[in-house]
Amino acid sequence: MAPGSSTSTAPTTVIVPTSSVWAHLVQLWHYRELLVALVRKELKVKYKNSTLGFFWTTLNPMLTLCVYFFVFSVLLGNGIPRFPVWLLCGLLVWNLFSNSMVSATGSITGNGSLVNKVAFPREILPLASVGANLVHFFFQAIVLLGALIAFQRSVAVEYIWLIVPAMLVVLVLAGALSVFLSAINVYARDTQHLLELVVMVWFWLTPIVYPWAQVATKLKENGMPSWLTLLNPITSIVITFQRAIYAQPTYTTTSTGADGVKVVTVNQLLPLEGPWWYLRNLSIVGLVAVVLFIGALRFFTRVEGNFAEEI
Amino acid sequence: MAAAIEVNGVSKRFRLNHERHRTLKERAIHFGRRTESEPFWALQHIEFQVAEGETVGLLGHNGSGKSTLLKCIGGILQPTLGSIVTRGRVASLLELGAGFHPDLTGRENVYMNAQILGLKSRDIAARFDEIVEFAGLEDFIDEQVKHYSSGMYVRLGFAVATNVDPDILLIDEVLAVGDEAFQRKCLDRIREFQRAGKTLVFVTHSADLMRSICDRAVALDHGRVIASGLPGEAIRAFRMSLVDGRGRPSVETELDLIGEDEVEQAQIDAAALANREVAVVGVELSHPGDGERDYLLPGEALRVRVRYHAAHPIDDVVFVLNLHDTNGQFLFGVNTDSLMGGMKGVDGDGFVDFHLPAVPLLGGKFLVSIGVHSHDQRTIYDHRDGIGEFEVVNPGRAAGLLHIDATVSQATPEPTS
Repeated sequence: MAPGSSTSTAPTTVIVPTSSVWAHLVQLWHYRELLVALVRKELKVKYKNSTLGFFWTTLNPMLTLCVYFFVFSVLLGNGIPRFPVWLLCGLLVWNLFSNSMVSATGSITGNGSLVNKVAFPREILPLASVGANLVHFFFQAIVLLGALIAFQRSVAVEYIWLIVPAMLVVLVLAGALSVFLSAINVYARDTQHLLELVVMVWFWLTPIVYPWAQVATKLKENGMPSWLTLLNPITSIVITFQRAIYAQPTYTTTSTGADGVKVVTVNQLLPLEGPWWYLRNLSIVGLVAVVLFIGALRFFTRVEGNFAEEI
Repeated sequence: MAAAIEVNGVSKRFRLNHERHRTLKERAIHFGRRTESEPFWALQHIEFQVAEGETVGLLGHNGSGKSTLLKCIGGILQPTLGSIVTRGRVASLLELGAGFHPDLTGRENVYMNAQILGLKSRDIAARFDEIVEFAGLEDFIDEQVKHYSSGMYVRLGFAVATNVDPDILLIDEVLAVGDEAFQRKCLDRIREFQRAGKTLVFVTHSADLMRSICDRAVALDHGRVIASGLPGEAIRAFRMSLVDGRGRPSVETELDLIGEDEVEQAQIDAAALANREVAVVGVELSHPGDGERDYLLPGEALRVRVRYHAAHPIDDVVFVLNLHDTNGQFLFGVNTDSLMGGMKGVDGDGFVDFHLPAVPLLGGKFLVSIGVHSHDQRTIYDHRDGIGEFEVVNPGRAAGLLHIDATVSQATPEPTS
């Protein structure tokens, strides 16, 4: 072998106490195939020994739908027409977001043998959890598609393109929190349990089961502006999905008063704004998500040097 | 030539927490109280370089920092101080099959594992058959890995790690596993790596292996480099440190290197000093059952033919034959002085036959070691531990180590009236 000839082209790795976020991003790009492989592995492993396989993924939203439909539409009579479509619009994207975080949180600690023995960019592990949940999302979307065909047959054409930026934003946001939480969980193992509680509260703080307008109205009655609801970053994403797919920002109910006069009430569900208003909100959340993602990577980089000793 | 690995003043500190607060609850309860933690320096100012194409062995008792150093070089741990520069793709074999998922098939795991080690899937596809063939798992590659035996698991792990074509390979005592045939295969593969000009860093407890494979050895003790140089020198320095420091170590895994009895100690040192003026070229073992079976029966004859090559005429020479069991227990030793009162001088190629008319061993594997030295033992020409081996199979029902002829008779005592 010619001395030095191969070393000039070979990658030089410098291992020092800390490395930069940029170096991590470059490395992540280099390992993109592994990310795909890990996503595939996670899905394969999950359904390897089950007879129903991917059917389980669709079973969850279907069952949730049945329960919520019974409780909120039948028992409590919330009056939202085509409730299945309404619920699935919010629930699917919520599932993507929350399940990503929950499964990513244990991704570093759960792959101890790998983290301890092999060198590779560890942030791939939480990101693979997000990827796996993205696949689940697409499978669950089949249920939504079914509901659409059964109840509705149309979407809001001038809003539907917002789905793309909304998906991107939710992925970056989920990625940021996943990377952050997976690192935290190495040092505080009950982050997982705490997160389950947080996710539960967060779910009910997001207008998925109930309409956004109900909260906005309550806020206005108390003299507070309705934009406060958008402080929950997931709200912007959920209402975008609802606006684009559920398509109907209001619905009318007719009731007969005591004097026999028909009363038509217009009930608001979603903000009565144009697509640009929705996009503006998404952009703000997207910006926050990118900042969080960089921050999460920076945090991850700082602490990952000790992962192998902490696990 | 640029060094393939530069370790510049690397120190690694671990915290030994007597009470680890692993959960938020515990952290909340103990909030404000400083957890008792002792800094423990696993590595202290390690400084060495490995040239491209060089094979370096790391030596040290358990807990001396070898594995930590290997993990730092492999990028699994970050050093607390200092820096490490590596040039080329690094593959580390710290644990064979690390990252295999039991629920996936062998095929899926090969892809996963190779990708984790940094290979692209099209490269894996090109090497896939070679990997499977090397592991000898053609028939099982589509089985789930959880149904594999531990040997199959290890074989697949080694096959993947060495087929990712690294420029630098880090190996941590993983070769101790696997059966002998596979170990030999692994060694062949390692030699291939060496011939291809790859850089290897190697942790082993086997002095023989270290001597036969490594160009250089670095001995560590308590996280410091205590010796760096030829394997023999490093082994000696390492042994000195053990004796000087704390007398005999108690760790059993190091038996191979540290040797419990003086005989073995002397032998290991001897090998390091051998000048090869009379080199042992090979050993042939023959017994009455040659041709029909490859093992001995208890009490059978054994002839050990030692082929040698002498670089120049040497008169002052003694050949030594030693037998050990596989645990390193010294069983028998004899030399040409004691057997025939001294032998003629040697020159060029030739052989010496040791005849053992009846080997009184009952069963097991035994190792043959050959030494060649001068009468006063000051000059050691050659020393080969375990150069030959033979097996004795016990066909009968006796138990133990030795074959001793035994019969039994019974006498009924006369009834006393």
